[in-house]
Amino acid sequence: MVADMTQANITTPEHIEYVLRLGDNALILGQRLSEWCGHAPVIEEDLALTNMALDLIGQSRLLLTHAAALEGKGRDEDQMAFLRVEREYRNVTMMEVPNEDFGRTTVRNFLFSAFQVLLWERLGASSDAELAAIAAKSLKEARYHLNHSAEWVIRLGDGTDVSHARTQAALDYLWPYTAELFAANPTDEAVAAAGIGPAWGELEAAWEAMVLPVLGEATLVVPARTPFKTYGKFGRHSEHMGHLLATMQYMQRTYPGATW
Amino acid sequence: MYTQSLSIPDGESGGPRKVENPEYEAEFNAKIDAGGFIEPKDWMPEKYRKTLIRQISQHAHSEIVGMLPEGNWITRAPSLKRKAILLAKVQDEGGHGLYLYAAAETLGVSRDELTEALLSGKAKYSSIFNYPTLNWADIGVIGWLVDGAAIMNQIPLCKCSYGPYARAMIRVCKEESFHQRQGYDLLLQMMKGTPEQREMVQDAVNRWWFPSIMMFGPHDSDSVHTETTRWGIKRISNDDLRQKFVDATVKQAEVLGVSLPDPELKWNEARGHYDFGAIDWDEFWNVVGGHGQCNVDRLAARNKAWEEGAWVREAAVAHAEKQAARQRQAA
Ligand SMILES: [Fe+2]
Ligand SMILES: [Fe+2]
Ligand SMILES: [Fe+2]
Repeated sequence: MVADMTQANITTPEHIEYVLRLGDNALILGQRLSEWCGHAPVIEEDLALTNMALDLIGQSRLLLTHAAALEGKGRDEDQMAFLRVEREYRNVTMMEVPNEDFGRTTVRNFLFSAFQVLLWERLGASSDAELAAIAAKSLKEARYHLNHSAEWVIRLGDGTDVSHARTQAALDYLWPYTAELFAANPTDEAVAAAGIGPAWGELEAAWEAMVLPVLGEATLVVPARTPFKTYGKFGRHSEHMGHLLATMQYMQRTYPGATW
Repeated sequence: MYTQSLSIPDGESGGPRKVENPEYEAEFNAKIDAGGFIEPKDWMPEKYRKTLIRQISQHAHSEIVGMLPEGNWITRAPSLKRKAILLAKVQDEGGHGLYLYAAAETLGVSRDELTEALLSGKAKYSSIFNYPTLNWADIGVIGWLVDGAAIMNQIPLCKCSYGPYARAMIRVCKEESFHQRQGYDLLLQMMKGTPEQREMVQDAVNRWWFPSIMMFGPHDSDSVHTETTRWGIKRISNDDLRQKFVDATVKQAEVLGVSLPDPELKWNEARGHYDFGAIDWDEFWNVVGGHGQCNVDRLAARNKAWEEGAWVREAAVAHAEKQAARQRQAA
């Protein structure tokens, strides 16, 4: 880890915020995917979903450690992951909505891993060397998640009438949440100006070019954009977030200060 | 995990019945006596095949059902490191289930048939998984004692006479040893912690000790005599394995600083082993018979996952068929 003292002097709040978003996206989706462990439709997918959860939890550990180092208050990954209040989590809202079924879980993994691939590709050239190193490692994982989930989106969309309807319903539900990924905001502008990473809005066209052909092959209809807006990355979450945190934070809140 | 050293009939469906032939049988016995492996294409007595299907599939089911009690704590793991370790561990158990189903399939039975037998309650799995995981230390204690007992049971199986099972066991045992060390490490960390953490560990040990030593199955004197020893499937008796486990574990408990919940547990100089108190076999048979705290919930969870996943499996098949049809048309 290169960050720490030297960088802390020049760190801006936007830089920390940006890294936190990346870390919280990975953490919260990792937490959701870990709910599947032992309950998936076939053993092979149980292992695959657990693998993705493991990759995301691994990414979140690196990113939250880095965010804490940038922040310079001496917090560790677990204090970051378990001891913040809901308002301080910076994940996009799509990460926290319930898994619902294998269809929604798969469509979310697909939409998000495509975004992650683009983001990690760009962040490989970040002026923040630690972030660039994390991006290089995470890119390989995200590519695997994308390939795997894309195959399933196609199988489910194309498969049976039932699977098609369920997958279309999942896409209809999730698509409005994807707008939050690309919404312009001052944090992104500052970070882009400093060469730390792209404003996420810059990735929208490439993301659509990546996801639309797969959705087409899956015979799914992409919903029109609506005025629906979410604000998870600013810390204003959905009703689901508190429940997720209550479960995830249970041990750390019940036994303050203990080491595990 | 997790074999339970107990031959519980499940009445699985038989494949094509092979003709019993005294000449082949002599050859088969000679191969076993010479310490060789029987391979899927070799002739084998029908009873040998059925016994193996039952044992391997019970083992596979145990791995899969065994994901549930530990899975119960994944979303509440107290640190990111422990969450990752637990996810990886439970994932390994799923992997063990897969290799074992594959080993069973070499004997002419399908994974779907075996799954149906589990879901209907016809097939058994290790009773240890019908106990609940009530605090975080249970995760460490399962690794230490339950994976530990499983290793003791399974190491002899690495040399069992059926090649695919023996080879699967070699790979599985390596991973189970890793699980045991990680479980023990989790407990060591908690024992260095607060009084509440130490209490959790002791509570978990108190609940899991006797169920763990029951995993070796009934006393030799009460075991139904089977041909599994003759066939090189079972090489060490239940009581010998149990004694080995107790002897190894007492010292580990001392290092950890926990007491084992058995006032009669003490070193016997003359025997060169630890003596231990009477096992409550009524409890054991009650749990085997379906009356453990979690039997109903475990089976319900497996059924729910299977039923709710049906549309996904059907979609995969339908898509593959459509793809094949499209390719035929294009050709
Ligand atoms: Fe096992
Ligand atoms: Fe296992
Ligand atoms: Fe294990």
